[in-house]
Amino acid sequence: MNFEFSEDVLALRDQARRLLRERSSLRLARQALEGDAADAAGLWREIARLGWLGAAVPEEYGGAGLGYEALCVIAEELGRELAPVPFSSSVVLATEALLLMGSEAQKQTWLPRLADGSVIGTLALAEGPGRIGRAMIAADFAAGELRGSKWPVPDAAEAGIAIVIARDAAGRILPCLVELASPGVTRQPLETVDGSRGQARVVFDGVTAEPLGSVEDGWEKVLSLLDRAAILTAFEQIGGASACLQMATDFARERHAFGRPIGSYQAIKHKLADIFIANELARSNAYFGALTLSSSTGDLPLAAAAARISAIDAYALASRENIQTHGGMGFTWEADCHLFYRRAKLLALGLGSAPYWKERLVARLERRNLG
Amino acid sequence: MDFDDTAEEARFRAEVRRFLDAHATPRLRADAAPRVGEPEAERLRKAKAWQARKAEAGYAGITWPKEWGGLGGTPIQQVIYNQEEAGYAVPKGVFEIGLGMCIPTMFAYATPQQLQRHVAPALRGEEIWCQLFSEPAAGSDLAGLRTRAERDGDAWVINGQKIWTSGAQFSDFGIIVTRTDPTVPKHAGLTMFFLDMRTPGIEIRPIHQMSGASNFNEVFFTDVRVPDAQRLGEVGQGWKVALTTLMNERLAVGEVHRPDAEDLLDFCRGLPADGGPALADPAVRERIADWYVKAEGVKYTRFRTITALSRGQTPGPEASVARIVNAAMLQEIASFAMDVAGMAGSVTDPALAPGQGLFQQAFLNAPGQRIAGGTSEILRNIIAERVLGLPGDIRPDKDVPFNAMRQGSR
Repeated sequence: MNFEFSEDVLALRDQARRLLRERSSLRLARQALEGDAADAAGLWREIARLGWLGAAVPEEYGGAGLGYEALCVIAEELGRELAPVPFSSSVVLATEALLLMGSEAQKQTWLPRLADGSVIGTLALAEGPGRIGRAMIAADFAAGELRGSKWPVPDAAEAGIAIVIARDAAGRILPCLVELASPGVTRQPLETVDGSRGQARVVFDGVTAEPLGSVEDGWEKVLSLLDRAAILTAFEQIGGASACLQMATDFARERHAFGRPIGSYQAIKHKLADIFIANELARSNAYFGALTLSSSTGDLPLAAAAARISAIDAYALASRENIQTHGGMGFTWEADCHLFYRRAKLLALGLGSAPYWKERLVARLERRNLG
Repeated sequence: MDFDDTAEEARFRAEVRRFLDAHATPRLRADAAPRVGEPEAERLRKAKAWQARKAEAGYAGITWPKEWGGLGGTPIQQVIYNQEEAGYAVPKGVFEIGLGMCIPTMFAYATPQQLQRHVAPALRGEEIWCQLFSEPAAGSDLAGLRTRAERDGDAWVINGQKIWTSGAQFSDFGIIVTRTDPTVPKHAGLTMFFLDMRTPGIEIRPIHQMSGASNFNEVFFTDVRVPDAQRLGEVGQGWKVALTTLMNERLAVGEVHRPDAEDLLDFCRGLPADGGPALADPAVRERIADWYVKAEGVKYTRFRTITALSRGQTPGPEASVARIVNAAMLQEIASFAMDVAGMAGSVTDPALAPGQGLFQQAFLNAPGQRIAGGTSEILRNIIAERVLGLPGDIRPDKDVPFNAMRQGSR
């Protein structure tokens, strides 16, 4: 039994943790929320130089070829410090989409640029409110041109390319690669619950696009992409949930009421123990997801759904009870608690919310247990 | 990251499997229902026979020294054995406390002669041990126990009552923690002994549980004489000795609780609900997903613990996490399955009840799971204080002599 990251990967994690703390990532997240993203761009360039963006990209495409375990711990640390960088869009979604579906030429062209950070990528899937499903895709691809409207699209304002999920006249789902600087693309920034991360509405009006890889129906591959992203994002969520637990614990040790630290009251102890439990379960499920991503062990959709559901639950619990533990102070703009509360919800929605994943999990379980 | 054994672990696992294949029958997942109605004498006979066979092969005391009939093995080997044995239909629930808690305490505090006398018969299943700790007024607050031991020449005279003693009715020996000095604060006045359960003055009465079963006993002590030679540790050091015993409990690998989310899924697949199976109901599906995810989390948390053991580290508080989550989940799943069965959910008759009455049985059993071996509330305190480092609660009894403090309902 060797259900822990390798020494090398743990060393990378520690290095990432130190760097993000030194660069005051949390302060940058607050600045970004308040409308100043200049320093965040500097952080992005620095982590690109360190090779984090291409950690799981094979060396032949300009990456470091370190594998998914490296990506998992980087995601966890970015989540812990709320790094206001487009990692989840560019690395977790666009890079993975190219690796999973791209033609050789597309990989050769784009992966090295995504890996060195010179181009930011994203995924344009949602078209307004509603649960993830084939039926939600109305964006139309015909004769090399794309028409439709996608929102919210994460980090679209900074992105150079987007993988846009569209359908063709035959009803096939086609993931298409679009250069967002192309004529006919309009990007309108959106206000969201977490303004430290950019979201936009993107309108495509006869924009030149090329299908990723072949022109067969790509819906199953889109779902597979979401599975992979769910596992990596679970680590980002666990990083955030761990930070919330640490904040709440530190505060409960220091803050006195009725002559004693509030952390000595069982009402607080049990609350924080419950957060610890939820975080441990989420971490264990994410570990299994990481193992499934990087080996042939386990069933990827099942592992991904379990990792995602428990990470959503853990971060939601940790972020809201962190505010509660801080009392009135936790409800102020100045306290950092709300930054995590916002991010927890953003991440819980970003790849499809819990009901979608619970249904995917049970459907999978139903089929497996019939066999 | 992988689930693979090291070469040495794999070799050990293969040996264990060969042993089990030769002497036991595999258990199917479908055999979830505990066998009820088997007479206790028959259950004990089978358990003792299986224990003797394990001892002969060296698997009865995997981490014990070889000189005491053990294998001189590692905690990870114990885990591997438990994992493998779980796949076979073998008797359980008779020797765990004696071999897991009592004899390890004896190793730490008994004389070589006493070990010579007691270890081998316990290992071979010829003698059964019980642990006499909890009392009516000392459960979570164990150190508040009242059973008195008073010195009389080279012996001690014990008077009082223990409760929740598993297996007392068929045990040959027990370890008991008593109060020897009520004039000092509670932790300082305790002393531990081991005793023969057939000593005159011991009376054992089964507890009738709310589930209908009787897995525990009350044990009454009236002028029970125990030689001073059977004292474990110094007079007044009983709390320290008791912690040794309880420490060993932490290494016990958590039981898998059934019925679980997958049992619920199978149950709902066959259950009608307004024109389709109950499993088609989104509310049912959502709950199944929640519980499946938790159970998976517990399972892989245990794998992380095993990894720590495999790397020679001491496992952390993961066992508490598993117990808190499993106990609450069992109660919720059982209750929910009965809801899904509608009006017939109350029926326990195995011939009529949907799911052979398994969920109803679990519903009545589950409350005890949240209490036995440390309540979920005490376990949360342990996580908060030992893992998160939160300050201890205020203890009004800390420096007060035992006989001057309020305790129980008094």
